[in-house]
Amino acid sequence: MNNPAQNITIKIAGEAGFGIKIAGATLGKVLSRMGYQMFDYTEYPSLIRGGHNTFEVTVGERVHHHTRPVHLLIALNQASVDLHQSELSFDAGVIYDSEKTKPGTGPWKLYPVPLSRITKDVGGSELMKNTVALGAALAVLGAPVEGLLAILREAFAKKKQTIIDQNVKAASSGYQFVRDTFPELFPHQVTRLGERRQMYVTGNEAVGLGAIAAGCRAYFAYPMTPSSSLLEFMAKKGPKVGMVVRQPEDEISVLNTAIGAGFMGIRSMVGTSGGGYSLMVEATGLAGITETPVVIYMGQRPGPATGLPTWSGQADLRFLMHAAQDEFPRLIVAPGDQEECFYLTAEAFNFAEKYQMPVFVLMDKNLAEGGKTVAPFDQSKIKIERGEWVSAEDIKKEGKYLRFKVTESGISPRVLPGTAGGIHETNSDEHDEYGYNIEDIPNRNAQMEKRMRKLERARAEIPPPNLYGPKDASLSLVSWGSTKGTILQALEELSNVSVNFIHFNYLWPFPTQDAVKMLQSAKQLMVVENNFTGQFDGLIRQYVGIVPQHHLRKYDGRPFWPHEIVDKVHEVIK
Amino acid sequence: MIPNPQLTNPLRAEDFNSEHFPTWCPGCGDFGIWASLKNALVKLNLPPHRVVLVFGIGCSGNFSSFVKGNVFHSLHGRALPAAIGAKLANHELDVIVIGGDGDGFAEGLNHFIQTVRSNINITYVVHDNHVYSLTVGQASPTSMKGFKGKAHPEGAFEYQLNPISLAITSGGTFVARGFAGDIPHLSDLIVQGVKHRGFSFIDVMQPCPTFNPELSYDWYRQRIYKLETTGYMPDNHFKAWEISQQPFDEKIPLGVFYREERDILEDHFPQLSRAPLVKHDLSKIDITSLLEEFM
Ligand SMILES: Cc1ncc(C[n+]2csc(CCOP(=O)(O)OP(=O)(O)O)c2C)c(N)n1
Ligand code: SF4
Repeated sequence: MNNPAQNITIKIAGEAGFGIKIAGATLGKVLSRMGYQMFDYTEYPSLIRGGHNTFEVTVGERVHHHTRPVHLLIALNQASVDLHQSELSFDAGVIYDSEKTKPGTGPWKLYPVPLSRITKDVGGSELMKNTVALGAALAVLGAPVEGLLAILREAFAKKKQTIIDQNVKAASSGYQFVRDTFPELFPHQVTRLGERRQMYVTGNEAVGLGAIAAGCRAYFAYPMTPSSSLLEFMAKKGPKVGMVVRQPEDEISVLNTAIGAGFMGIRSMVGTSGGGYSLMVEATGLAGITETPVVIYMGQRPGPATGLPTWSGQADLRFLMHAAQDEFPRLIVAPGDQEECFYLTAEAFNFAEKYQMPVFVLMDKNLAEGGKTVAPFDQSKIKIERGEWVSAEDIKKEGKYLRFKVTESGISPRVLPGTAGGIHETNSDEHDEYGYNIEDIPNRNAQMEKRMRKLERARAEIPPPNLYGPKDASLSLVSWGSTKGTILQALEELSNVSVNFIHFNYLWPFPTQDAVKMLQSAKQLMVVENNFTGQFDGLIRQYVGIVPQHHLRKYDGRPFWPHEIVDKVHEVIK
Repeated sequence: MIPNPQLTNPLRAEDFNSEHFPTWCPGCGDFGIWASLKNALVKLNLPPHRVVLVFGIGCSGNFSSFVKGNVFHSLHGRALPAAIGAKLANHELDVIVIGGDGDGFAEGLNHFIQTVRSNINITYVVHDNHVYSLTVGQASPTSMKGFKGKAHPEGAFEYQLNPISLAITSGGTFVARGFAGDIPHLSDLIVQGVKHRGFSFIDVMQPCPTFNPELSYDWYRQRIYKLETTGYMPDNHFKAWEISQQPFDEKIPLGVFYREERDILEDHFPQLSRAPLVKHDLSKIDITSLLEEFM
């Protein structure tokens, strides 16, 4: 497996409610500790029981994104065989329950394993079938079983000893069965790569860690896929790290609560998806006019309305850019992978506080719930910049305090409520420098212009987009957010084509000077995004004055596959 | 008392006057609530910089520019969520929320019920004039049946909401009614409310001579009586509910209907036990052990 093109993809499929995700995450952790890079992907319908769930993970020495075909299918029921045959490589293996499932006909190497019987023999419940299958899979892949046993012991550490014993026995029995029954070598082997210090995290976990590292003191959210797992993560860690986590009655309350907390001087954050964000729109404007910092995590899924709840998309960029009446400064940052989720979430808090405005962390389901191996996050790279403040002494010296003081930068230093001399009105009505309601023209213009100046400051501070591949190329792929991994993976296969890739993290304010330079110097542009109308493509036309020559769009809720990018590039560059 | 350069010592009601004299109509009940709030803050010895005042939107919300304090003028109906956020961020400061009946019982009704349930330690004062005034005279949930609002030329037909009963059944721990025409009594209710450990709700009968002239000071005076003068004890949930159900157009009891000590939302967060969130030292955060979980 020296060539990344030889990465292998393993898929676990079965009925919803049978722990497919957990089995997948366990397998991922085993392989991560063996030193492999990985990228995983789950599909599940918006159902609790009875639907079909899948987890697939691409494993290799260098992995940016999951790829097809599938090399090893772990089919936990009949549907899994029937539905996924077409995704298999010609030399794929299929592990299935020899007593319950009929394998399809094809060139595949079959591994009939009596999953249910072994589960019963070790005294486990039907749910433990997964564990038997994971043991079997490691045997097929030629990997040792000890890593799995260690992880099972850690995962069940707080459970009764019998549960631990049953799980360990289930895994070892599955492993041993394959070793004893199928001596022939499976063509895709994952032997130990060696020590590599790495983490295996989902996008949401990385966002949560970034927020914690940044000193987020309050997280408010109402459950909605794909943000719910972030709420769970925060709720679990909150008491340990000193962060209050609360699920209010609705998203309206969520954002208004976070703004109240921000007014009081702490770092606060909310999380939601499009439907929930629709309810937060008015409060976004409140943060804008009251100049209250707040970080808004927005996990995109296809809509409108309830849409495709458990699938992915990138169709809410324009919504966030324009949400709420009138105009006020805001910033939108879209991490492209799990590493960026961590660092950019932390940075979002800095932008929010320095410029006293709402900052969006724009995610999507693929990135939020997808797991990836990453270099351990480096907390020392995170700077906490809390912006401009005045103290009681400053106020005493000055003789007064003006919360919305008109300054050249547009930034009016904040005060901690409770500070002697620091009283003022933080006002959702247009206001004067103290904060009192006032409607006259000079004041309105002064406050409006002051607020909008902050956006220009922020624009100047935004780092340039990232360029991957050669500096000069006949085609530049352009994308934002979670399509980064797919495109980087595609580039691995396009090494003899003159193509490079400009990836945007910061989407608004747009464009920065660097962005204009990079886009203008490209020979041809192809914008890749998960929406129908080409929302970012439109931004390039509108604000840079370039009409991108090509585009690739998808709005079916599924991620782009690297081979789709490769095919399109070949079509464009003949 | 904490020294404050912005006011004289000892505290006087005038210390809470802002640079703007209220723009309310002459005879508006809001003046009485304004006076009562200032009196209460003096009695509580809370200088402007030690109190957080969160307002909704309405004639009641315009109060925000007529008083000194750490003022947050929020959105229509959203004062309570904003106040919860403020309180959780710094629970050492007293938080008082002021809004209207449209604000709190129409646009923000869900927040009202949920905030009552949470029993967070803040005080909520509603200017209940039984009408939308800032939008010049539509019916509100507490308008009397038949009230001819601008959007209800045939008269309001929905059942009149009873905020006191609602607060009691939602788990309220301090439920009271005041009258804008009785400043000493209302001042005392606000003092009791702020001192109460938990969510204190004070529904204030507020005459609006401009858009609801029928419910005048005299109209109220013919109907109000003080619970405390009848030997009533506010310690029984069922009795409280029963007495809150007296027909509004006949008898309007004032005072504390129900009072109970119960855990407050803040108790539920060990994160708040050592210091308010706002005083946490962010430079001390170390995520090393959290990162280990992912390896
Ligand atoms: C979301 C939203 N909807 C409507 C309004 C318009 N509005 C302003 S005040 C108000 C009603 C005021 O009535 P009430 O809350 O009873 O306060 P009052 O003016 O009587 O004190 C309305 C509907 C608004 N500001 N925001
Ligand atoms: S309209 Fe009514 S509530 Fe508003 S200020 Fe005038 S009297 Fe007061």
